[in-house]
Amino acid sequence: MAEKLLEVKNLCVSFKTRKGVVRAVNNLSFSINHGEVLGIVGESGSGKSVSMSAVMGLIKDENAEITGEVFFNGEDLLKKSDEELRAIRGKDIAMVFQDPMTALTPVYTIGWHIREQLQLHSDISDKDAKARAIELLEEVGIPDPEKRVDQYPHEFSGGMRQRAIIAMALSLNPKLLIADEPTTALDVTIQAQILDLLERLRKTYNSSIIIITHDMGVVSELSSEVLVMYAGRMVERSTKSSLFANPQHPYTKGLMNSVPRVDRARTSRLETISGQPASLLNLPSGCAFRNRCPSAHAACTEQPTFISDSNGYGAACFLLTEGVRS
Amino acid sequence: MSQEILRVNNVSRIYETSGGSFGRKNKVSALDGVSFNLVHGETLGIVGESGCGKSTLGRIISRLDTPTSGEIIYKGNDIAKKSLSAMRPLRKEIQFIFQDPYASLNPRRQIGAIIEEPMRIHGMGKDERRARAHELLEKVGLDKNSYEKYPHEFSGGQRQRVVIARALTLKPELIIADEPVSALDVSIQAQVLNLFKELQDEMKLTYIFVAHDLGVVRHISDRIAVMYLGKIVELGSVEEIYNNPQHPYTKALLSANPRIDQSAKSTRQILTGDIPSPLNRPSGCSFHTRCPIAVPECSTREPELRRIGAVDVACNLVV
Amino acid sequence: MTRFVIKRLAAAVFVLVSISILVFLIFFATPGVDPAARIAGRNADQLTLQQVRATFDLDKPLHIRYVSMMKHLFIDRDLTSYVNRGAEVLPQLTQAIPATLSLVFGAAIIWLLLGLILGITAAGMRKSWVDPAIGIIGIIGVSLPVYWLGEVVNLITQGRLHATLFRWVPPLGYVPFTESPGGWFLALLFPWLTLSLLYAGIYIRVIRSEIVSLMQEDFIKTERAKGAGEKRILIKHASRMSLITVVSLFGLDFGALVGGSALLTEVVFGIQGVGRLTFTALQNFDLPLIMATVMYAAFFIVIANAIVDLVYAWIDPRVRRG
Repeated sequence: MAEKLLEVKNLCVSFKTRKGVVRAVNNLSFSINHGEVLGIVGESGSGKSVSMSAVMGLIKDENAEITGEVFFNGEDLLKKSDEELRAIRGKDIAMVFQDPMTALTPVYTIGWHIREQLQLHSDISDKDAKARAIELLEEVGIPDPEKRVDQYPHEFSGGMRQRAIIAMALSLNPKLLIADEPTTALDVTIQAQILDLLERLRKTYNSSIIIITHDMGVVSELSSEVLVMYAGRMVERSTKSSLFANPQHPYTKGLMNSVPRVDRARTSRLETISGQPASLLNLPSGCAFRNRCPSAHAACTEQPTFISDSNGYGAACFLLTEGVRS
Repeated sequence: MSQEILRVNNVSRIYETSGGSFGRKNKVSALDGVSFNLVHGETLGIVGESGCGKSTLGRIISRLDTPTSGEIIYKGNDIAKKSLSAMRPLRKEIQFIFQDPYASLNPRRQIGAIIEEPMRIHGMGKDERRARAHELLEKVGLDKNSYEKYPHEFSGGQRQRVVIARALTLKPELIIADEPVSALDVSIQAQVLNLFKELQDEMKLTYIFVAHDLGVVRHISDRIAVMYLGKIVELGSVEEIYNNPQHPYTKALLSANPRIDQSAKSTRQILTGDIPSPLNRPSGCSFHTRCPIAVPECSTREPELRRIGAVDVACNLVV
Repeated sequence: MTRFVIKRLAAAVFVLVSISILVFLIFFATPGVDPAARIAGRNADQLTLQQVRATFDLDKPLHIRYVSMMKHLFIDRDLTSYVNRGAEVLPQLTQAIPATLSLVFGAAIIWLLLGLILGITAAGMRKSWVDPAIGIIGIIGVSLPVYWLGEVVNLITQGRLHATLFRWVPPLGYVPFTESPGGWFLALLFPWLTLSLLYAGIYIRVIRSEIVSLMQEDFIKTERAKGAGEKRILIKHASRMSLITVVSLFGLDFGALVGGSALLTEVVFGIQGVGRLTFTALQNFDLPLIMATVMYAAFFIVIANAIVDLVYAWIDPRVRRG
């Protein structure tokens, strides 16, 4: 078996607030191998973004408490100092965020941003860095890169900016790229371009990608494996094909049925998940989904354990254990 | 027999922006010769990407904005140039729902007061207002005691329900909703979409539903207008548009949408290039810069929206 | 960029001409008021009035009167004030301008440096005692009135200690730079410090809060993800962005001070500056002098604003598009 690139074990993130403790991520464990694409799906408040910020050491809030282990190349990132983490961020693990319009400092040119990324982690002259920036821009499909490299972010369209940001993220050939909703702010035809670009670059660079999204379609386009989160917990993990063909957890099922589909004739009603998303301040005891779950029963007041096979695929739901028993 | 409630005739909207040198103005054509009609009780979905004019169209029909030219015939009367005061009685019948449920409710007022506001403006008595507000809260699936709560006590989906309740207070006939579910989580979005449908059946409402999400539009609409840079490029029934799209842009849009079901992954078509800015719209057919089947003629000849088979298409090459 | 500069300067000239017309109209075309009587001062005799009418072409149409006025102001530069026994106005002004400019320029340098250094430090050390300590310095700066602080400084440096510790401090007043650069510096040192303390207090607070809010922006998150250190993020990104706010604020403050708001400091330290000149002119109802100082103030405010806009475009590429 291939060595694991990133292994997260029992990651918990909580924030102390005036209203109480917000448990944003609860006992999250997963791993990703070299060259794999993992999609993390969830709605707002599911903990999908927070968990990745914790992995990167980007949570600066002093009210935050982070426990667990995050092994990257065999070393626990949570035990590292900020300085040691800095050497990894941008070089071995790169990140792309949701809104390309605000992700770059407006007063510096695109080329400046890429040069900064290169020079933060390597001794490269300004001239060589600029040449490399032009090369990268060309690779991500920005026309006329010699001219564009000296332009400012506001002179780029949203899609072009996201391309440039991806170019920057990949400039040091990172082993892992974490993309947090990378296409959510973009138009459909532009989104398709960016997804296509990510797929192409993954093949060239052989990077692993973790893509965080609320959009089942985006996950399905890009990833080989999917992890579904609800209220800070992983509720299901599976390969893409089996997840979409045969979802195990009632939340996953509900989520997939509630997406209005382009490729399906319309029905009079969408199937929905009743109620409102669980509040992280005030989670129900046991399974956090039980108040909205159509198959909830007495056992659900206990926290279900995540039942997985040897690949780590499985779900956290009593329906599964009972299924095994019967 | 279904009767026509709205007819939009050749509506254009040109914005003038400063930014030209020494007082010269730049003209942005946000809408260019848009025409369609709407029958009572149906839902027209308007779909397109940024800069296509879909929101402008929604605002113009509800007369939150005035068209530069063209007619908007609502129940036989042209409302395109009506003054604000002349529009007032019609505001009861035509309601507009905004995208952001967080921004469209006054945070300092109770839900009850928010819902009663339109009724107060139109001079309804206090008891009547209160009774109607309670009735509406129930209708949109909110608790009776929501009446005394404040917007911040609600989640996004519940707020959008409040917004819908407010829109329904004066028994409207036509509701124009601009991206009403795009700010909501997927599981909540489905609930709100269902609510829209239930209310339509119950109250015989007519909807114009503006959205960028092709799945949402497909689910809610009877007919679809696909827009690109201020023009309708294709108009037809949901079935025709989704199953048998004619215009190359419609085809590309549908194929670009990420699919859950990857087994049917066929030839995915990815358009090259950016959406041009409405500030400098390409000549001829404005889609020709990105169109996979464009011929030289397309850069000079502007296609008319014309009936081809079961749909209306604006393309020089579709026959 | 060049086009932007030309456009901005053209706009500045346009504004200046408009202001001169406006000021002229207020003084010389207010209905029901005889400008000749105004200019000549209280209880002027017929002869003076006639003389005034002749110099200012007051019998002629409005636009000729305007041209004549501008000619006296800018070309012949022979505008005289009748109230003050025929003293020429412009020499007074040309003496006052360097004093005020010296005072405000020096103070501005000090408060900008203090504001930037302490504001950035406070924002960068938000979790230690340094931030609240700097905050207290800021509050003290803001709450000490200039006239009081100035008097206290004078009491110390010009009083009993003048004979011993502060022997090097020259007596109150302004020493022109051309006369003695060292004397100029020493004479202005305490006025500079006094005037800058108030503004430093304001700028420290503005810069700190601006940086703190900028640190929440998405592009800061991107920088952290790139592996940039906190110091680099603070200086190269947050502080650099905060300059945009600082420059626009500075333009307003600088313009106002040069235009006469430095009055209190000028009075306390006995500097014959523009503020003081305007004040005297108003007291004596010296119309030509008021006209001249108002024009002067407008001129500097407009120029300061034009320069600020240019600097603004230089530090923020988003506004460069002409």
